[in-house]
Amino acid sequence: MLSRNAANLYWLGRHTERADYLCRLIDATVRLSALPATHGGADTAWEAALKASAAAAAFAATGRRATEDAVAHFLSVDQAHASSIRCCLENARNNARAVRTALTADTWEAINTAWLEIQRFGVHEPDTATVVRLVDSTKKALQAFDGAAHRTQLREATYWFIRLGTSIERADNTARLLDKKYHILLPRGEPVGGSLDYFQWTTLLRTVSAFNAYRWVYRDSVKPWLVADLLILNRAMPRSLATCYTDMVFQLDQLSADQGRRGPANRLAAAMLRRLGSTSIDALFQSGLHEFLTGFIADNNRLGDAIAEQFLF
Amino acid sequence: MLHCFGKPSMVRWQMQAFDEMWGFAGASGAPEAAKVRETYAHIADWLARTPRETLETRQRQAELFFRRIGITFAVYGDPEATERLIPFDIVPRILSGAEWALLEEGLRQRVDALNRFIADVYGAQECLAAGVVPADLVHLNPQFAHVQMGVRPAADVWVHVAGIDLVRTGPDSFFVLEDNARTPSGVSYMIENREVMLRLVPELFGQHGGQLSVQPVETYPDALLACLQSVAPPGCRGEPCLALLTPGVFNSAYYEHSFLADKLGIELVEGSDLFVDGDILFMRTTAGPKRVDVLYRRIDDDFLDPLVFRPDSALGVPGLVAAHHAGNLTIANAIGTGIADDKAVYSYMDGIVRFFTGRDPILPNVPTWRCREPEALRYVLAHLSELVVKRVDGSGGYGMLVGPTASAAELEAFRQRLEAEPDRYIAQPTLALSTCPTLTAAGVAPRHVDLRPFVLSGAGRVTIVPGGLTRVALKEGSLVVNSSQGGGTKDTWVLEGGPRPGELPFPAVPAPGPER
Repeated sequence: MLSRNAANLYWLGRHTERADYLCRLIDATVRLSALPATHGGADTAWEAALKASAAAAAFAATGRRATEDAVAHFLSVDQAHASSIRCCLENARNNARAVRTALTADTWEAINTAWLEIQRFGVHEPDTATVVRLVDSTKKALQAFDGAAHRTQLREATYWFIRLGTSIERADNTARLLDKKYHILLPRGEPVGGSLDYFQWTTLLRTVSAFNAYRWVYRDSVKPWLVADLLILNRAMPRSLATCYTDMVFQLDQLSADQGRRGPANRLAAAMLRRLGSTSIDALFQSGLHEFLTGFIADNNRLGDAIAEQFLF
Repeated sequence: MLHCFGKPSMVRWQMQAFDEMWGFAGASGAPEAAKVRETYAHIADWLARTPRETLETRQRQAELFFRRIGITFAVYGDPEATERLIPFDIVPRILSGAEWALLEEGLRQRVDALNRFIADVYGAQECLAAGVVPADLVHLNPQFAHVQMGVRPAADVWVHVAGIDLVRTGPDSFFVLEDNARTPSGVSYMIENREVMLRLVPELFGQHGGQLSVQPVETYPDALLACLQSVAPPGCRGEPCLALLTPGVFNSAYYEHSFLADKLGIELVEGSDLFVDGDILFMRTTAGPKRVDVLYRRIDDDFLDPLVFRPDSALGVPGLVAAHHAGNLTIANAIGTGIADDKAVYSYMDGIVRFFTGRDPILPNVPTWRCREPEALRYVLAHLSELVVKRVDGSGGYGMLVGPTASAAELEAFRQRLEAEPDRYIAQPTLALSTCPTLTAAGVAPRHVDLRPFVLSGAGRVTIVPGGLTRVALKEGSLVVNSSQGGGTKDTWVLEGGPRPGELPFPAVPAPGPER
């Protein structure tokens, strides 16, 4: 496969996953901001959303105040913000168009539709009701894309590169989300704070669509160390770091099987997965959750570099 | 509409265009009084017994279908999407086996002459020495590629893919309007138009069963693949690696590039996917560099290699020409073929055909006056209001005068330009292109058409898929078939075998079809 095509497919996966994450983040933030400020609502919630999407610096550079309207606009349809949902979808669609013949008609039409849909919401500050509709519509469109790719793409390099991009982006997003909230994720036995923290945890769970999953897995009230366990180590949780790496090891193996040789990216991903498998949430807290997450994000980026190098992007 | 044939000095004008279905008899007259030409018997019958609403429904379905196929390639969702979808007409343009046999022979001769002419221009230059073409016209031509002097491409093939634009003015009168010897496009329409027709009006093909069946065009990608493989560099071992070079997604023909790459099963590459190392061309793949033996390029010479041509071009590959000259790479079409489709050189094509094939051209040029010659200039100035005047280096209708429709002021302005710089102009009679029945807002009516067959030249073999791209001027009376100016396309049918004149009983007996 041409390296340029591989890069386009990989970034198609990353851009769609990033757009999906932003949808969930905005969704959860709208909900949190409906609570009084003493519960962590309103403006504070939107500032947190900027941090959780690694967009705080970019937003600060615009000189705007972090109001709900301004941040929701910045993260959703702002053409000037390269990581807005709109820009992610535009990039994803351009990636897809460049490899049009590698995609099935269903997959192409799904991503093209997602791009056409978001354009209907314009590029100006949307009101809250519009934001909710936009997020809802985009989530559905991206699920259609995932479904089309899953159902119709041949299980060969084309498909594995898309999935690889999805997995690595998802690992990055989950780790960033956790890292911005590490101060409210307390180890077992620490005195648990008031209702403010409770809403922060549930918002975090909602952002990764894991609120119900949490109850199924732990059958317990929301405890901060269990939230961390779910999102880092639980292999049933589709967005946990451990699951992302299980997927990536598999996807990289599939790609290597095509080429008959494993490379540095395979080894790096396998090593990361082994580390995640041989630790416990208590051990992570002991050595410092923030340190762990920062290290993980850096390692994840290194894996991204190794992938680009191995497949000559 | 004015009509001319014969030599420029013996111009004969005729007020009516030849109609592909009715001949000269009935294009404007009452159809029931006129005789349908045999090739169109079934279509005439189909048109007569199909209610107009049904035709219009089919037409809409066809466009929807075409749009869906078109969708998969590129532009749906872009603001200019609708402009890029070329209108499709459901009434096919039909050529009999006998007519095609004549065209095929003529096309083979023409492309043979083009290849030999180009080889000669970059080789012994015998045709210049013999005065067939003025030497300065070649040497000073912007299309003349000095870097190709002394170069012999694999199997001595220069024009691997040619698109020859033909016009028709009578039952046996076909002329070459233009030779496209660089990177001709439109072949994807030839293939897609047939796909759409097969799905929407299969009964038409059914009625043509037996002797009258329509020859398939879907073999084109296989023929192109075989052609490109046959011209791999002599040193190439094993199966040659082919790639199609596109300028990228923003090129208007990108969808055709991706369509062809997909059908050929070869990589669609951009300049940045390629690099040259040790005079060998490689593409960057996930498994490392892969050697490319034959490059089917769809970008112009000027952009191919910044080391040789335009240094500011980022579309090409540095070192590409060196790899070609080292004999490690075949470029199709070869560099420098533009010299054969230049308008000034075109006017010498009849002589070029005679010189290289030793025979009169089967498909002659449209008569052309070269204004650089004083006698021709005098004639052109005296008949300006009847002629089409073109700039030799112009294209897309720029710097062009259509005498019969020009105002007095425009004629005067052109007269002055001609007198000032006669070298830069050629003139041609205003040809009455043949018409073909076409579905219009006012029902089925004649519209002017041309035809672009595609000729593939490989090592020792020329292949012409029976068919081509028929372009139709959808505006009443218009002679301009370009898609940018209201032109559309039709499926082009070449019938198998006959019918030759008088061979078939006429009128044909209409078969009961499912058309209700």
